Amino acid sequence: MSTVKLTVNGKAVSVDVEDRTLLVHLLRENLNLTGTHVGCDTSQCGACVVHVDGRAVKSCTMLAGQAAGSNVTTIEGLAKGDELHPMQAAFRDNHGLQCGYCTPGMIMSAVDIVHRHGGKLDEETVRHELEGNICRCTGYHNIVKAVLDAAGRMKVAQAAE
Amino acid sequence: MGVEGIGARVVRKEDRRFITGQGRYVDDVKMVGMSYAHFIRSPHAHAKVKGINSAEAMKMPGVIAVLTGQQIVDDKVGNLICGWAITSKDGSPMKMGAWPAMAPETVRFVGQAVAVVIAETKNQAKDAAEAVVVDYEELPAAADIKAAIKSGAPQLHPEAPGNIVYDWHLGDEAAVKDAFSKAANVVTLDLTNNRLVPNAMEPRAAVAHYDQAEEHYTLYTTSQNPHVARLVLSAFYNIAPEHKLRVIAPDVGGGFGSKIYIYPEEMVALWASKKVNRPVKWTGDRSEAFLTDAHGRDHVSKAELAFDKDNKILGLRVKTHANFGAYMSLFSSAVPTYLYATLLSGQYVIPAIYAEVIGVYTNTTPVDAYRGAGRPEASYLIERMMETAARQLKVDPAELRKKNFITTFPYQTPVIMAYDIGDFHASIDAAMKAIDYAGFPARKAKAKADGKLRGIGLSCYIEACGIAPSKAVGSLGAGVGLWESAEIRVNPVGTIEVLTGSHSHGQGHETTFCQIIAERLGVPISQVSIVHGDTDKVQFGMGTYGSRSLAVGGTAIVKAMEKVEAKAKKIAAHALEASESDIVIENGEFKVTGTDKAIALPMVALAAYTAHNLPDGMEPGLKETAFYDPTNFTFPAGAYICELEVDPGTGKTSFVNFVAADDFGRLINPMIVEGQVHGGLAQGIGQALLEGVVYDDTGQLVTASFMDYTMPRADDLPSFQLSHTTTLCPGNPLGVKGCGEAGAIGASAAVINAITDAIGNNKLEMPATPDRVWHAIHG
Repeated sequence: MSTVKLTVNGKAVSVDVEDRTLLVHLLRENLNLTGTHVGCDTSQCGACVVHVDGRAVKSCTMLAGQAAGSNVTTIEGLAKGDELHPMQAAFRDNHGLQCGYCTPGMIMSAVDIVHRHGGKLDEETVRHELEGNICRCTGYHNIVKAVLDAAGRMKVAQAAE
Repeated sequence: MGVEGIGARVVRKEDRRFITGQGRYVDDVKMVGMSYAHFIRSPHAHAKVKGINSAEAMKMPGVIAVLTGQQIVDDKVGNLICGWAITSKDGSPMKMGAWPAMAPETVRFVGQAVAVVIAETKNQAKDAAEAVVVDYEELPAAADIKAAIKSGAPQLHPEAPGNIVYDWHLGDEAAVKDAFSKAANVVTLDLTNNRLVPNAMEPRAAVAHYDQAEEHYTLYTTSQNPHVARLVLSAFYNIAPEHKLRVIAPDVGGGFGSKIYIYPEEMVALWASKKVNRPVKWTGDRSEAFLTDAHGRDHVSKAELAFDKDNKILGLRVKTHANFGAYMSLFSSAVPTYLYATLLSGQYVIPAIYAEVIGVYTNTTPVDAYRGAGRPEASYLIERMMETAARQLKVDPAELRKKNFITTFPYQTPVIMAYDIGDFHASIDAAMKAIDYAGFPARKAKAKADGKLRGIGLSCYIEACGIAPSKAVGSLGAGVGLWESAEIRVNPVGTIEVLTGSHSHGQGHETTFCQIIAERLGVPISQVSIVHGDTDKVQFGMGTYGSRSLAVGGTAIVKAMEKVEAKAKKIAAHALEASESDIVIENGEFKVTGTDKAIALPMVALAAYTAHNLPDGMEPGLKETAFYDPTNFTFPAGAYICELEVDPGTGKTSFVNFVAADDFGRLINPMIVEGQVHGGLAQGIGQALLEGVVYDDTGQLVTASFMDYTMPRADDLPSFQLSHTTTLCPGNPLGVKGCGEAGAIGASAAVINAITDAIGNNKLEMPATPDRVWHAIHG
C-alpha cells in the first residue's frame, strides 16, 4: 500500500491504494468519480481518458502512483459549475452521443485535440486523432461534427477571454 | 408539430448526465458490504472437468467463497433456456443439450465458467482465482460448421447427433423446382456471413443483493429487458419468485442484442448473493465480453436465383448452415429461421422461394441476435444475388432491381411475411439522385486514369420490426408474447410520468417518448418524465430489441394517452359545464371549442385528485395503463449506395460516398433517427470491411481483444449522406416503422457490391480486408 497525493478537479486528495492500482481505479473506486469508464483491458477504447497536467491520458495505462503530484481533470471537472464546457455542449447539440458510455473519454480526448491543433482542424484530422477512442453507437458521424463545432466555439470563447 | 412535438429535432433530455459524467451504469453501483466475483473459465474448447481444488485459494486474503457448477446443480438452479421452439422438417423438435450456468462436468467453449471466487476486493478475487486448480481432460473440438458436420466429428451433446440442432425449411420446394425448370438463366453464389462480436462499449455487469429479512433479491444488471430477465430468473432458473426479485437496468452502455439474454454470470451473482449473504458485484472485462457475450451472424449459404428471358425472377433456393456455438442461447433458434428465411423475398416479386436451414453446434461461444438478427444475413444474400445476376445478365443493377420490385401493397410473400406498405422505387430513386448514379461511369473512368479502381454498389433492403402479433409468434414457437405496456401518471400538479416496458440503452427514449406526449397535450417535455428499467416501478414490459420500442412501446403510450385524455376531457367538461364532445386539447389546456372557456391541465389533474367536483360515479385519480399487441410486423425499407475506390497496389478500400435513403414511416425525432442510421451503417460497414471472428482449429478464439478484432474507428468510416422517403405504417397510430437496425441490415451488401464492381471479381468474402481484396485482384 502507498499513499498517493494528487489534485483531482482542483481539489487536493490523498489516497491509500495498493501499488498495482491504476489511475482509473483510484478515480472510480476511491474517489467515486464514476464518469471515467473502463471499456477494455488493452488500452484501445479510450473510455477512460482524463487529463493529467493538461494532456489527455488513458487512465487505464497509468498507475495511480505515477500520477502522484499531478493535476488530474476528469469529465466531472470539465464544466464550470452549471456552465457546460463548449465540447460538452457541442456533443449534446450535435447528437454526438447515444448510450453515453464512451462519451466522457471521447469528450476529454476531443478537448485535447482542439488544444493541440487550435483552429487548424478539419474532418480528416479529427477522424485520425480520434483513432484511440472507440464508439459503437454513433458511427462517429456526429462526434466528428461535434468536435469541429466545439473547435469553433472554443476559439470564440478563447478570443473573448 | 410544436417545437417539441412529433417531427422536431429536439436535443436529448438524457444527454446532460452523460456529458457531465453523471450517468449511472451498473458498475457505478456500490453497496454496503459489497463483495466481488471473479469467474474461473475454461482454457479449452472441449474438455471434461475432472475436479476443482480450491483449498489453496480459500486460504488467500479476503476470499469469502469458491463456488462451483456442482453446487449450482445441488441447489436445483435451472439450466439456461432457449425461448423459441423450432421444429425440423421431419416434424421432430429441435435437439438441445443442457446449458448449466457453470459447467459441472463438461466445458464446450473457451471461456465457459466452471467456478467463481467471491472475495472482499476485485483484486483478491482475481488473485485467488489463479490458485484454484481445475483438472481438465481435453477432448477433440469442432471449431466451425465444416468441422462439426463432417463424419467422425467430435460430438458436443448426446441429445444432438451429428451436432445438428435442427434441419428446418420454409417455402414450397416443388414450386421452386418447377420455377428453375422453366428458367432462362440461373445465378448461383456461395456466401459466408462472417461471425461478429457485438461489443457494446459497456461490458456486462451485475450487482446482486439478497435481503435476508425480506427474503428478497435485487439485481442491477446490464439488460435490454429487465422484466424478461426477472421472468426467466424466476420461472426457469428457480432463483426467486417474481414478487421477491427486483431487476433494475439503469443506464446501459449499448446492447445491440447482446444484452437481451440472461447470462450465467448475472444468474450466478444473484444465486451467490444469498449463498454468501453479501451483495456481490461482477463486472466483465473486455476479454470476457469477447469470450462470453453472444456472438452474431455466422452463416454459410448456397443460393440460386432463377430468371425468365425477360429478367423477371422466377424462384429462389437457399440452403444455409447456421452456427449456434456450443449452446442454444435465449432467442438463437429463431434468428436463422423466422428472422432470416422470412425476409429472403427482399423487395422483389419472387413467386417461389424455398429455404433450408441447418442449425449446427460447434465448440465456440454461443451465437444469438445481434443488430438485425437474421435480417442482415437475408439482405446480404439477396442483394449480393441481385448484383451478381445483373453482371451475369449484363444489365444495370438498378434497372434489374426496379424491374423486379414489389409495387402493390399489401403484398404476401411466399415466406410468411405480408408487407403492409412501401415505395421501393422512391427509395432507390432518392439514393441514385443523391449519389449521381448517372455520372458514375465518368467518375470511374477518371479514377482509372489516376490508377484507382472505382466501384459502385447498391443494396435495397427490407426488414421486419416489432415482431408481432403475440398469437402469431406463439404459433411459430415463441415462448413469450411480444406486446408492450405503458402507464401514464398525470400527477396532481400536472407533471406527467410515463412508465414504459421498453428500455433505452442509447436510443433516446427519454426524449422521443416525451415528444409524443408533448404533441398530444401541448405541454413542454420538461414537464414529462420517462420511467423505465426497473421491475418495481414498471408493471411489465418486453424490453427493447428488434427496433420495436417506438412501433410497439410508443403505440402502447399512445393507447394509454387516449384513455387519460378521455377521462381528462370528462373532468374538464364537468368543470366547464360543457359537453364532453366540445372539449379540445390545445397547448396544455382543455378548451370548449369555439369559446374562450378553458381549463389548464394542472387544474384538471388537481380536480382528479381532490375529487371534490368530479362527474357522478367517476373514480378519482388520473392514471391509465395500456397493453398493446400489434397486428403485424412493420417493414422499414430503403436503398443504400456505396461508391468507393480500391488501390490495386495495396488492396486498400477508400470511401468516396455512402448514401442512404430510408423509409421508416413517420419520424418522431429526425436527429435521433439519423444517429441510429449512422450507427447501424458503421456496424454494417464494419462487418463488410473490418470485423470477423477467427477461431483456430482447436477452438481458441484468436480475435479476443480490441488489439485483434478490428472495431470500426473514426478514420475507417466516411461521413454519411442520409435522406428519407415516407410511407406511413398503416399498422400503428403513429405511422412508425422502426429505425434501429436498418443500417446494419443494408450496408454490408452495398460495400461488397461496390468492391466487387471495382475489382471485377465477384469472389470476395467479408471482411474484405486489404489482404483479401489484393488477392481477389491479383489472384
